[in-house]
Amino acid sequence: MATVEQSGGAHDAGVEDGVRRRDFINIAAVTAAGVGGAALLYPLVNQMNPSADVLALASIEVDISAIKAGQAIKTIFRKQPLFIRHLTPAEIQAANAVDVGSLRDPQSLAERTKPGKAMWLVTMGVCTHLGCVPLGAGEGENRGPFGGYFCPCHGSAYDTAARIRKGPAPKNLEVPDYAFKSDTVITVGEVA
Amino acid sequence: MSFPWAEAYEPKHPLMRWIDQRLPLPRLVYGAVGGGYPVPRNLNYFWNFGVLAGLALTIQIVTGIVLAMHYASTGDHAFQSVEHIMRDVNQGWFLRYAHANGASFFFIVTYLHIFRGLYYGSYKAPREIVWMLGLVILLLMMATAFMGYVLPWGQMSFWGAKVITGLFGAIPLVGEPIQQWLLGGYAPDQATLNRFFSLHYLLPFVIAGVIILHIWALHIPGSSNPTGVEVKTPQDTVPFHPFYTAKDGFGAGVFLILFALVTFFAPNYLGHADNYIPANPLSTPAHIVPEWYFWPFYAILRAFTVDFILPAKLWGVLAMFSAILIHFFLPWLDPSPVRSGNYRPMFRRFFWLLVVDVLVLGFCGGRPAEEPYVMISQIATMYYFAHFLIVLPILSKVERTLPLPSSISASVLHGEEREAAPADLGGALGRAPATGAH
Repeated sequence: MATVEQSGGAHDAGVEDGVRRRDFINIAAVTAAGVGGAALLYPLVNQMNPSADVLALASIEVDISAIKAGQAIKTIFRKQPLFIRHLTPAEIQAANAVDVGSLRDPQSLAERTKPGKAMWLVTMGVCTHLGCVPLGAGEGENRGPFGGYFCPCHGSAYDTAARIRKGPAPKNLEVPDYAFKSDTVITVGEVA
Repeated sequence: MSFPWAEAYEPKHPLMRWIDQRLPLPRLVYGAVGGGYPVPRNLNYFWNFGVLAGLALTIQIVTGIVLAMHYASTGDHAFQSVEHIMRDVNQGWFLRYAHANGASFFFIVTYLHIFRGLYYGSYKAPREIVWMLGLVILLLMMATAFMGYVLPWGQMSFWGAKVITGLFGAIPLVGEPIQQWLLGGYAPDQATLNRFFSLHYLLPFVIAGVIILHIWALHIPGSSNPTGVEVKTPQDTVPFHPFYTAKDGFGAGVFLILFALVTFFAPNYLGHADNYIPANPLSTPAHIVPEWYFWPFYAILRAFTVDFILPAKLWGVLAMFSAILIHFFLPWLDPSPVRSGNYRPMFRRFFWLLVVDVLVLGFCGGRPAEEPYVMISQIATMYYFAHFLIVLPILSKVERTLPLPSSISASVLHGEEREAAPADLGGALGRAPATGAH
């Protein structure tokens, strides 16, 4: 743009409105090139986003009919572990007995489950501290001092609503978007 | 850089001065492509193609780097990963089509750049090393393009790799071990694909390095020009910026329009349908042809059909490589002191004959190896070599050249339209011959 100042002062024909033809052409050309270049950045950046085949796995359906009360299963959602747990009445009671206000990440069990389906606790199996997979979903695994999940990496303990109770993790285990497709099948992910 | 009157870099902004005193990169850029590089004022549009080749290389490197983020160079997955790019990756179709057609456009502008040099005698002293570095770039481009074409691992990829590496098998005694060494096996396979990917990623950066040498060597004597008369005074030159940045910018716009037209409306026009069939070592396509930019050389390769002392295959290979290597000797094969074809009436005719000859070779190279194409290839191959080995040396001795203008500015100020008309097309349009004898 250094040429704007230098360009021919002799050609003052179009000066009435204060804009010389050369300035206009210069700015228009550089602007067009700039906008074109910026537009090209879009595909170059966007190609790194998840591709269509990855997004095609963005939602899964899980049949939960076989999970008995007190049991949990581990499955894979978006290449990460997903815990689906069938809470016993005692576990629900234990979760509801906690004063929500006293929690690090205050949430009630009702907020973390679907209405009328408080026995189904669906969470990601990813510790909110540094991303390890907590124990407690598998048969005979250590469920930690609060009876929910226990992360062996740095000792984060989650309760029966998968809320953080002790240890370094800052948040409760994440509850993904999901919906009951029927009484025995849930859709996890994009539930339109 | 090149002339005493080249403007020295004067940083305007304190920050630029601060940087320039510590790392004189702004100075380097200013002297190379800024106001500090004086360029002959009479360059026509044929002088755009060097910058356009640089633009094409940039497009190839940028699209290539992002394609490599999605490509898998294993025999089992290469073809699938290319289809994955085309169908699943966001805008992957655009990136791959831009890369595939970008290669073709790189060759189009490079060939025009080379023919510009041939017509205007850009290879003559003192620019021989500029010319030879350019040939090194061409050879590197060919190797890169060939290996890139193998990566999608379609039928043409596989059989192209087999045929081209087979050329090395023609070398007596050591041919077969060399071929196996190149392939890492007895036929193109996993090892071949992986090493080709590695080298295909490496060589463009080597090309970029040689381009820097090419430009460095060019900037010692400065750019040539349509008259072939060297720059004498400051009146003969204008600063690269803004004059040639603007002219090259316009050329880049035209180039990008044509590139976009092909990429978006005919992305497979320059390719082969066979390459959308996964590589199959047990089935050869009926008609194997390389990409169009190799056709003239492919025609020369196939023009040799008779064993004469050496096997015909070896003659073909030697001739094909010689077709490029002969250009390294061009500055000495054509010692005529007049550079520009504008002042060499006989040279000009033979130049256009060579252009037609190369086009004929290209046409034959894309046809099946059968008559009459083989016969035509043989005649065209003969002329190709005769042009450089017989015609040019004789011409430089017997030709009566036209009088040269006394200087670039004299030729411009005396209104010689033909100087401004690319490749003397102004003269061909029947204007009165302005010979510069003022």
